[in-house]
Amino acid sequence: MLLAEQALNGLQYGMMLFLMAAGLTLVFGVMGLINLAHGALYMVGAFACAAVAGATGSFWLGLGASLAAAAAAGALVELAVIRRLYARDHLDQVLATFALILVFSEGTRWLFGAFPLYLTLPPALSGAVTLPGGLQYPLFRLVIIGLGGAVALGLFWLIGRTRLGIRIRAGEADREMIGALGVDIARLYTIVFALGAGLAGLAGALVGTIQSVQVGMGEPVLILAFVVIVIGGIGSIKGALVGALMVGMTDTLGKALLPGLLARVTDAASANAVGSALASMLIYILMAAVLIVRPQGLFGVRAG
Amino acid sequence: MTRETLVNLVILAALIGTALVAQALGEGFVVTLATKAAIFALAGVGLNLALGFGGMVSLGHAAFFGIGGYVCAILASHAASGQPVAVLPFTIAGTNEMPAIWPVAMAVSGLAAGLIGALSLRTTGVYFIMVTLAFAQMIYYFAVSWPRYGGDDGLSFYVRNSFPGLNTFDPIQYFAICATLLVLALGVCALILRARFGLALEGARQNPARAQALGIRPYGLRLTAFVLSGMIVGLAGALYADLNRFVSPAMLSWHMSGEIMVFVILGGVGRLCGPVAGAAIYILLEHLLGGVSDYWQVLLGLLLLGIVLFAPGGLVGLIAPRRRHV
Repeated sequence: MLLAEQALNGLQYGMMLFLMAAGLTLVFGVMGLINLAHGALYMVGAFACAAVAGATGSFWLGLGASLAAAAAAGALVELAVIRRLYARDHLDQVLATFALILVFSEGTRWLFGAFPLYLTLPPALSGAVTLPGGLQYPLFRLVIIGLGGAVALGLFWLIGRTRLGIRIRAGEADREMIGALGVDIARLYTIVFALGAGLAGLAGALVGTIQSVQVGMGEPVLILAFVVIVIGGIGSIKGALVGALMVGMTDTLGKALLPGLLARVTDAASANAVGSALASMLIYILMAAVLIVRPQGLFGVRAG
Repeated sequence: MTRETLVNLVILAALIGTALVAQALGEGFVVTLATKAAIFALAGVGLNLALGFGGMVSLGHAAFFGIGGYVCAILASHAASGQPVAVLPFTIAGTNEMPAIWPVAMAVSGLAAGLIGALSLRTTGVYFIMVTLAFAQMIYYFAVSWPRYGGDDGLSFYVRNSFPGLNTFDPIQYFAICATLLVLALGVCALILRARFGLALEGARQNPARAQALGIRPYGLRLTAFVLSGMIVGLAGALYADLNRFVSPAMLSWHMSGEIMVFVILGGVGRLCGPVAGAAIYILLEHLLGGVSDYWQVLLGLLLLGIVLFAPGGLVGLIAPRRRHV
């Protein structure tokens, strides 16, 4: 029973990571850009949701605002800064997006203060439901799992079946060629960046509802999203999904089970200490293992 | 003497001169600021070896900075409590002697750099950045969740470690130690870069395919440079721990990695004394802008953006532009 609950937690965590990683991997794959500020857009989404939900009293409006605000912030940043970086090397990209994090984080602290904000769920989404087998599980976490699945399906459809998706895939393969074929590549890049930003903002709002909304909330998630992409392979939505679920499951189950498993071989106190320390390293060990076997990631086509 | 050498000498003289003048005026706080700048500069010099000369964009050097710091703090706290660090397979006692602490700090961070580098260098480009970041984060979370040495709260030790013949509590004497190590590290880097190893490393950075055709294996070269780089940054971490008599997981956090990288870029990537200028400017900005507004990092961020977008060579690049010979 505990195992089933933790597995659901891991699934929910994985879906949330997928929302982050999907945008990152698209931007990597299509534009070849490493964007450290993706976590800042996640934070923007969470704060937009908290501010709008607080002002109007409607969680749904807040959720919509998180998507819109993060996508708008993403488009703005792309137009002002990011598009000057496509031709630069990765070092410049890292530095410029690191600078963007400083601006976003301190700017948000200036606007909203350093104290965390909390979101309240509408009654329709709060409370627990009884799953088959008698397990009580919070409804909202199930909603996140469902939403993540829907976004994944939507993205597969968008990338695989629509004209925009064809252009995105073509941009990944050969940007000069599709420019020559008359596709406005600058606009395509802005759209892809805003799409990724919007997904990050949505993830921020959802997680902000479970935990709290505060400055700096995006960075730990950003680094986990990097791990997801390294495992899944750059540019692959499928890789992002598989990687996110692997990381979510490994982390959640590791933290839940390792101390207990170790307690069978050593005394409880040291098992707890070693177990929690080891559990926090588990996903990185997973990443190292993937790197040893497949340096380009599970679904990656090429390294670098 | 080239223009860059002249600029290098001016930068070093400015740092040391600031400390000496501040000492003469009785401004102990400024001496401490200069010490901090010298330590950050040392970390930057270490990263520059990997980043600037080896072309390895590592976003995980806080790992080595923090490991150096933790080695220093752990040895010092064991020296204070009198308990050995480890008993098996042989007894390792704590120590509060800097000449004993430094080699251990460098060895441990070098070992970590060897492990992380051996795995990370299997990848290139964006993957390398993310993988180094992720491994540093792994060590960060380990330090946070390992309660033996303070966990999240960090570990403080009450007496600064000692150096034979010097009073390390005197700010200017501690500055002298840090500045001497900085100059030594710069000298070692200059020698390495002029040696065959440095030339091969440079060649492997500029054109790996051509270097390979000449019979040079980039992997081994890069790994060696990465380990050396980690050792220098580890030494800087040990000095930083002694400066504050405190270490915490913040030294291992990825913000620290970003900051060390900022020192290098502000000054100029691949310039010998670039990190010294960068670290000094960073400390100066922190002090000046921090006095203007609590949100000084917004200004720092905008300044950084400006430098990346409009002056990619950094400060040294502005003063002593490098002739293009591609």
